[in-house]
Amino acid sequence: MERIPILRIGTLLLVTIQVDLYDDLALRLQDDLSNRIAELEATGVLIDISGLEIVDSFIGRTLANIAAIARVLDAETVVVGMQPAVAITLVELGMSLPGIRTALNVDLGMEYLRQAATGENGVGTDHYAE
Amino acid sequence: MRTVSEQIITRSEVLPIRTQIDLVHVRQRVRTWLSEERFTLIDQTKIVTAASELARNALEHGGGGEMEMSLLAVGARKGIRLKFSDHGPGIADISKAMKDGYTTAGGMGLGLSGSRRLMSEFEIQSSPESGTVVTVTRWK
Repeated sequence: MERIPILRIGTLLLVTIQVDLYDDLALRLQDDLSNRIAELEATGVLIDISGLEIVDSFIGRTLANIAAIARVLDAETVVVGMQPAVAITLVELGMSLPGIRTALNVDLGMEYLRQAATGENGVGTDHYAE
Repeated sequence: MRTVSEQIITRSEVLPIRTQIDLVHVRQRVRTWLSEERFTLIDQTKIVTAASELARNALEHGGGGEMEMSLLAVGARKGIRLKFSDHGPGIADISKAMKDGYTTAGGMGLGLSGSRRLMSEFEIQSSPESGTVVTVTRWK
């Protein structure tokens, strides 16, 4: 059964999607990531989609689900590397991916997750305000 | 001399939509054509995304079907037309189904409305007897 590999760097999980995502593969990634977050007590998930030529509503919804599940498991998710043509298409399609944190590249995404883990700059703490 | 150019189909191909893997093939095949015909990257991305949405609709709501893709030429102008047919139960209320966020399958409800925005022309026919046919065209 085909799976997308999940790498661990410290308390962060890193996923690079380089294959054509069919629906079951996307759902399997969602399940695998959820399990790995709990198992490894991960604080952050970085998903690199620079290899994706399109993000349709199914893939968009799966990314949003992953971010929502991670949040419930006390981990932050950041999606990085979206191609400009994909961003333009997504917005025209009607999906602005609310609830998904994005960064332009892996470096910026990692920096965000590290800050979120240490609570620097208030990142990652706003959910607990009041 | 002709004053009105005729619409000519210069290329045509039919692909099955029976499984999730077929959805991937549809996307890849549409992409290959568009790149060969030198559509811009943004156009390619929009058209392939619309194809993915409509093919998934045909699979999930129509129980599968097929996509016919045709390359059109009107004078010097080129376009691509994608026709998705299924033999499902049809759509009871098309105007409702065309609205953003309307869904019967638990999705985002952006398949029809979103792909209409991504393409230049959009046509839909549906009946319980003949299923649903969605035809979309985008001109270069």
